[in-house]
Amino acid sequence: MKITKEKMLEKKGYRLHILPSKKYKTINIVAKFKSDLKKDWMTKRALLPMVLQKATQNHSSPRQLQSALENLYGTILSSDGTKKGENHVISFRMEVANEAYLNDQTPLLEEALHLLHDVLFNPKTENGAFDEKIFNREKQTLEQKITSIKDDKMSYANMRLIDNMCKEEPYSYHVHGYPEDLEKLTAADLYEYYQTFITTDLLDVYVIGDFDESETERLMDKYFTREQSSNDTNITQNSTTPNIDESQEIIEQDELNQGKLHLGFRTHTTFGDEDYYALQIFNGLFGGFPSSKLFMNVREKHSLAYYAASRFESHKGLLLVFSGIAPNDYDQAKTIILEQVEAMRKGEFSEEEVEQTKELVINQLLETMDSAQGLIEILYHQVLSGHMIEAEELVNNIRYVSKQEVIDMAAKIELDTIYFLTSKEGGAQ
Amino acid sequence: MKELVYDQLKEKIYTETLDNGLKVFLLSKPDMVKTFGIFATDYGSIDQTFTPIGKNEKVSVPEGIAHFLEHKLFEKEDRDVFQDFTKQGASANAFTSFTKTAYLFSATSNIEKNVETLLNFVQDPFFSDQSVEKEKGIIAQEIKMYDDQPDWRAFFGTIQSLFHEHPVRVDIAGTVESIEEITKEDLYTCYETFYHPSNMTLFIAGNFNPEEMMKQVKDNQNAKEFADTPSIQRSYPEEPETVATSYGKIEMPVTTSKCMVGIKEKVAGLSGRELLKAELLSSMILSHYFSKSGEFYEELYENDLIDDSFHYETDLDRQFGFTILGGDSRKPDELAERVKEMLHQLKEREIAEEDFDRMKKKKIGQFLRAMNSMEFIANQFSHYHLLGIDLFEVLPEIESLTTKDANEFLKDWINEERIAVFQVIPQQAG
Repeated sequence: MKITKEKMLEKKGYRLHILPSKKYKTINIVAKFKSDLKKDWMTKRALLPMVLQKATQNHSSPRQLQSALENLYGTILSSDGTKKGENHVISFRMEVANEAYLNDQTPLLEEALHLLHDVLFNPKTENGAFDEKIFNREKQTLEQKITSIKDDKMSYANMRLIDNMCKEEPYSYHVHGYPEDLEKLTAADLYEYYQTFITTDLLDVYVIGDFDESETERLMDKYFTREQSSNDTNITQNSTTPNIDESQEIIEQDELNQGKLHLGFRTHTTFGDEDYYALQIFNGLFGGFPSSKLFMNVREKHSLAYYAASRFESHKGLLLVFSGIAPNDYDQAKTIILEQVEAMRKGEFSEEEVEQTKELVINQLLETMDSAQGLIEILYHQVLSGHMIEAEELVNNIRYVSKQEVIDMAAKIELDTIYFLTSKEGGAQ
Repeated sequence: MKELVYDQLKEKIYTETLDNGLKVFLLSKPDMVKTFGIFATDYGSIDQTFTPIGKNEKVSVPEGIAHFLEHKLFEKEDRDVFQDFTKQGASANAFTSFTKTAYLFSATSNIEKNVETLLNFVQDPFFSDQSVEKEKGIIAQEIKMYDDQPDWRAFFGTIQSLFHEHPVRVDIAGTVESIEEITKEDLYTCYETFYHPSNMTLFIAGNFNPEEMMKQVKDNQNAKEFADTPSIQRSYPEEPETVATSYGKIEMPVTTSKCMVGIKEKVAGLSGRELLKAELLSSMILSHYFSKSGEFYEELYENDLIDDSFHYETDLDRQFGFTILGGDSRKPDELAERVKEMLHQLKEREIAEEDFDRMKKKKIGQFLRAMNSMEFIANQFSHYHLLGIDLFEVLPEIESLTTKDANEFLKDWINEERIAVFQVIPQQAG
């Protein structure tokens, strides 16, 4: 198997992951900052990467910073914040062309690392606050982002499902933050939070591409050092799951043509658990592929939907089903989806299908590992879960899953919430 | 079998046109685990009026039929082809664009079998009245899903403002009404006209032995019988150079308005290389002024006319071409006016040598990044091939562009009569 091998090194204030690989014509550098999920922090952590990525002391306007990136053969810098189980992760991603393919002698990687360090550790400030103009503009952008979540019905329905399902759990906190918190936030507040963030978040840096290992390590040592004031954040927050007495059904209305039917289940299984591999096979058979029960029954047999699928959250222990249906087909679609869960529990699938699904899951995993960013996401599961499982092991463990283990998983999965976003006129009344 | 060697990119392509006319391209990537195959026909949503094989008269088929046909090729009398790929550990997919229909798989094992399945299912149609009826419900939901997406509506609204008659203005999936009319006979007519091997390309990239792969493809094709190579008579309406409507809008339940500015590009008479040059220059110029490092972007952003959703794209084809810029805006009218003014200003601009060097570097970096993806290579190679462009010659082509080329392009690019504005605005209450 040609899975890129990871070399992990403890550095001052962070962990460095070096992944030499001949697969790519570029070099990817990803810095991941992890903290707990706290409601007070959500808005700040949504805004922070947006502000940081706009200017530094050395490149003091968004345009100057972008021009510096552009000079490095259009190096790309992006950032985002996501929830991973009950952790919050801010990622900065940089992708730079590999010098080997250019008729040019610029030390691209070195300059790119220098620039990334500048963005993270040397932001543009004045009088103990972020630059006012940049801060205000980004604040506006975030405000708009929060209000326009409603324009994308699929994400909106998903957010409403989680709002209702995980009401009492940190996982329900909104990743873009809250308008009321945003309004109050000042450039000084955010800078104050930045200082906490930059010293206490757990930092992992991944570098992947076709390069010389020791040279890359030397460059990292030269440009990447971090003053870390505390080390108590290395503990991953364990996900809490409430007991479900009875599942709930929530119907909301909106202006739309197609109803969005989303179901949330508790899997009670997370990355690193022994039955995590059985969960992957369960998901594959149930709704992960075009050969799965959801696709075959909701779409192919009953023509109710264009998409009907499921996916699982590896660190929170959720399985989510989503489908777009005509508002009037609510009852029928819901019944068919729940029948598929029942069929999984009864083991209505063959050994052969289990074997095929393993191949599909492995294929998917290997394909993801062929992409630089994909491989980093897979490897980062280890940091999130605290379970050090090598990429190759992840693949191998899937092979050992038995049909009975998939049935056991089906029995373990509990329906929590059915959420339906429907049209003003129609359906489900 | 020919070998095309690209030293700078360290890539090698093996190619051959088979006896039945099928063009095969193989890219061996031994470092990758995955193999990706794409089997594409030069037939898309714009090919609505044509003379069917063996007939003398033109017919017009219902809107959305190329896409409908794409869905139905996966269904056979006794099975669904997705299952065949599943059994072989592969994932399969397909898409229909304005000018192409493509079938693809990716796999990390059973490569030979999966290639066989790809070739065989596309070349063995089975359409029945019953299965055609069944698909209508599924595609109707696909259409409704897009109807709820404001970005898609803004994109298509812009295309419809730009074009008077050309079928590029018809939604690729058709409408709920138009797909109702589709019959299995229509599907066979389109299939027989457009799926002859001579109208198709096969591109496989990944981890395999190219000699053996070529032999396998040849053996597969030689074992099948095809009619003589047809010449396909397609018919497109006369399309004026100017836009259909310079301003259009729709209301939707959105919280933020969307505003797009479209440019109808001149493509008539452009050959492959000229087309590539125009595409490179327009995308480089857009990126110079309207990407995050551009002066126009900076001004629009600071004045709160745009946000992160601002984007631009250029699509040039044999039949049509367009550029679209825009995104969410709280002041959609002001944005439209300002972008139009900026575009007009370009005529008087002179790009400096030093700036152009930076533009080239950026484009080269972007190209190398894209070349990491086998999907990109396979899709783009097939797309360019139909236009007479070699994807692997793009890098030297970028390097050879001069400041003079850019400045000449700028002078002639923008014309008021070829600009249209389209907006999606929040629905009025009540």
